[in-house]
Amino acid sequence: MKVIKNIRDKIRPHFYKGARFGRFRRAWEAFDTFLFVPEKTTTKGSHIRDAIDMKRTMVYVIIALIPPLLVGIWNTGYQYYQAVGIEPAIWESFAFGFMLILPIIIVSYLSGLATEFLFAVIHDKEVNEGFLVTGMLVVLILPATVPLWMVAVANIFAVIIGKEIFGGTGMNIVNPALLSRAFILFGYPAYLSGEVYTYTRLQEGHQLVDGYSGVTPLSLVAEGKMEALPSDFNMFLGNMPGVIGETSFAAIMLGGLFLAITGVASLRIIISVFAGGIFMAGLFNIIALNEYMMIPVHQHLLLGAFAFGAVYMATDPVTASQTPHGKYIYGFLIGVLTILIRVVNPGFPGGVMLAILMMNVFAPLIDHYVVQANIKRRMKRLRKAQINVKEKKP
Amino acid sequence: MSKTIRIRKGLNIPLKGEAEKILTNADRSATYAVKPPDFHGIVPKMLVKDGERVKAGSPLFYNKYDEKIILTSPVSGQFTGIARGEKRRILEARIEPDVEDEYLDFGSADPKTLSRDKIIEKLLASGLWATIMQRPYSVIANSEDIPKSIFISAFDSAPLAPDLDFIINGHDEHTFQTGLDALTRLTNGKVHLSINEPNTISKSFTHAKGVEIHRFSGPHPAGNVGIQIHHIDPVNMGDIVWYTDVQSVVMIGKLFEKGIYDSTKIIALTGSEVLKPRYWRVKQGASIESLIKNNLTTEDMSSLRFISGNVLTGSKSKREGFIGFYDSQVTVIPEGNKPEFVGWLFPKINKYSASRTLFSYLMPWKKYRIDTNMHGGNRAFVISGQYEKVLPMDIYPVYLIKAIMINDIELMEKLGIYEVAPEDLALCEFVCTSKIEVQSLIREGLDALQKELS
Repeated sequence: MKVIKNIRDKIRPHFYKGARFGRFRRAWEAFDTFLFVPEKTTTKGSHIRDAIDMKRTMVYVIIALIPPLLVGIWNTGYQYYQAVGIEPAIWESFAFGFMLILPIIIVSYLSGLATEFLFAVIHDKEVNEGFLVTGMLVVLILPATVPLWMVAVANIFAVIIGKEIFGGTGMNIVNPALLSRAFILFGYPAYLSGEVYTYTRLQEGHQLVDGYSGVTPLSLVAEGKMEALPSDFNMFLGNMPGVIGETSFAAIMLGGLFLAITGVASLRIIISVFAGGIFMAGLFNIIALNEYMMIPVHQHLLLGAFAFGAVYMATDPVTASQTPHGKYIYGFLIGVLTILIRVVNPGFPGGVMLAILMMNVFAPLIDHYVVQANIKRRMKRLRKAQINVKEKKP
Repeated sequence: MSKTIRIRKGLNIPLKGEAEKILTNADRSATYAVKPPDFHGIVPKMLVKDGERVKAGSPLFYNKYDEKIILTSPVSGQFTGIARGEKRRILEARIEPDVEDEYLDFGSADPKTLSRDKIIEKLLASGLWATIMQRPYSVIANSEDIPKSIFISAFDSAPLAPDLDFIINGHDEHTFQTGLDALTRLTNGKVHLSINEPNTISKSFTHAKGVEIHRFSGPHPAGNVGIQIHHIDPVNMGDIVWYTDVQSVVMIGKLFEKGIYDSTKIIALTGSEVLKPRYWRVKQGASIESLIKNNLTTEDMSSLRFISGNVLTGSKSKREGFIGFYDSQVTVIPEGNKPEFVGWLFPKINKYSASRTLFSYLMPWKKYRIDTNMHGGNRAFVISGQYEKVLPMDIYPVYLIKAIMINDIELMEKLGIYEVAPEDLALCEFVCTSKIEVQSLIREGLDALQKELS
C-alpha cells in the first residue's frame, strides 16, 4: 500500500495543470480517486460529510448485479449443452458461458469508458462513475450471441447521444444502457429478435438435437405456443433461453433485495412497477379476449425482462422520477405499459425496455406536476394570508 | 397545553464529544474580538481608532448600508485594531480587555412601561439589535419593519449542541422573562417560544409569560427556528418575521434590568478531540484558545479543525480564533486531510453514513469520531430522495436548489425560498452523495432575491 502511495506521489506532479501531461489530468484523476479517497477536506458549509459517495453507490449496484450475471453465465452454457443434447456438469456450463460472456463485458467497458474518458479530457471535467454500472447493465440485457463490434458501436452511441451531449451523468434524459440496447434493436433487429439467443456456432463433434429452436419464452408466447413454455419453476430459476442477465427471477430478486436493504435503489419504484404490471395483467385476465391476455399474472412477472427492468433499469435515479410521489406514478405506469406493449403489440415482445425508455422521457413531466402541486399549496396559503391582512386592516 | 408538533424527518448525527454538564467560569481572554463576517450582509465602517479606550457597550462599527445598526464592544479595554483578510475585508475588531469591566450606562427601565420606539432605540444603541434576525433572508432585522411575529427556539437540536435548559439555569431566573417582555412590545402579533418535548423542563421556558409556547419533538433540525416557523406560521411572500435565540433574550433582559450590555454567555466546548468537553461561562467574542489549554487530544494543530458553532453550520476558525457572535458552542474535530487507499470499496466500521450503505446503519447506538474529509468528489445531482428525508418542510429542496443554480428568482419564490435559511438545509448538505454545497447555494439564492427586491 505504501509502495503504491509512493509511486502515486511520484507520478502525480506530471499531471498537474500546465505540467507535461496536464492535458490528461482528468484521466489521471479518475484513476487516482479510484485508488485513493482524496484527502480533500470541507472548506465551506457543513464541516463533516456523510461517508457515502458516488463510487460506493455505483459499486453497490454492481454487487447487486452479480447474482443475475452468475446465473446468466451458467445459463448461457447450459442452454448450449441443452441444444446439443448433452447434460453438462455445472462447471462445464459456467466455463462455456464465461468464455462467451467475458469478451462482451470487456468490450462493453472498454468502448464505453474510452468514450467517457475522451469526453472528460476534452471538456476538462471529472470522469463520472456512471458507466461502471451502465457497462455491466448493457451486457446483461444483450443475448450472448451478440457480435462484439455491435456492443462497441451501441455503447459509443449511447454514451455520446444518451449522456454526454446533455452534459454527462446526472443530466441524461434516458437510461444509457437501454438506449444502447434500443440502438441494436432498431439498427440490427435480427440479432435481438428473441429467436436465436443460444450460441449455435457448434463446437467440434456437437450436433443440434432434432427440433431445437432456441426461441425465448416471450417469443413463444407471442407466437401463441403457450404449451411450449418452460415450467414456472425453471423460469423462476432462470433456466430458459433469453438475454444474459434477465432470465432468473430468483437472482434478480436477490440483487433487488440487496439494493432495497442498502437503500441504493428506490423501493418505491420497484414496488410500483410490480404493482402496475400485476394490475395490467390482471385487467387483461378479466377481459380475456385472446390466449395472450389469459396468461396468468405471475407468469407475466417471470417472463422476459420484467423483473430485471423493475429492479435495475427503472430505478436509475437520474432518469426516473425524482419526487417521492412522482416515483409511484412513474413506476406504476412502467408496469402497465410493459404488459400493454407485450400483449397488444406482439411486434415487440420485449416491452419493458420500451416502456422504461418512454417513461424516462415522461418522468420530468410527472415531476413537474408534483412540484406544481407544491407551488399551488404555497400560493393558496399566500392568498389566505393576504385576505386575513385585508380583514384586519380597517 | 398546546399540541406537540412531531418532526419525523431529520437526522441526529451520532458524534462523540458531548459536553458534560459542568459549568466553569473561563479566565478572561488576552484578546476579545467582534467579527464582521458573523453578520451577513453588513459592511463595517469603523467608529473607533487604534488605541482608543472602550467600555463594554461602546460602539465599534456600524453598517454602511443601515447606519442605525451598530456593533459594540463586549468588554471594556483598549481597541487594538482590526485584522483584514482578502481584498482588505475587515475580519476582526480586536480589544485588549481590562481586568474588570466598565459598562456604558444605557439606563434601566421596565420594558412594559416603555414605548416600542424607546425599546428599539435602546436595543440599537447597545448593539444588541444585531441579535434580532429576520426571515426571509436570515439577516439582521430592519428596525423600521413591523414583524408579523417573533420566534424563539428554546432548544438546540444540532449535533453536540448545548443543552439550553442547562444554560438558562446558569443565568438569573427572571432576566429571560424581562427579555421576552421587551420582545413582545416589538410586534403586533405573537411571540412564539418553542420547547422540546419531553426534554425541556426549565421553568424559565415552560412557564414563560406573554408568549405562546409550542412543543416540538423529533430529530434535528426540529430545534431550528426556521423549521419551527414553517410548522407554526409559515413565511409567505411579503411577510417578515423576526427571531432570536435564548441567550440573546437574556442579554436583552439584562439591558433593561441593569441598563448595561452584559455580554456574558455560556458556551459548550464539544467535539471528539476535546479531552474534557464541558460548559464555560465567557464574554461575547472570547478567544477559543482560553478554553482549550491542555484540553485537546493532540497538540498538532494541522490535524485539528476548530469550529465556532456546530459541525453543520459553524464557521471554520483556528486555535487563535474567537467565538462567533451567534454561537453558543465550540467544536473541535479531526481534519480528514489524509488519502485513503480504495476507501470507497470496503465497508468501514468506523465511518458514519446516514444511508444504509455502511455498517453504521446496523449500529445505531454507536457514536462516531467524524473528520472533515469530503469522502468523494463533487458531482451533478444523481441520487434522488436523499434531501427529502432530512428536511421536515413542505419544500422540494432539489428543485429549489436548481432554481437557484439557474438564478430564476420567480421560480425560487414559488418553491419557497422565503421560508428557508442555509442552516435548515445543512443536513441535506451532509447527506449529499454528490457533495453539493447546499448551504452556500441557498445563501446565494437569498442574496440574489434580496438584491432583486431592494
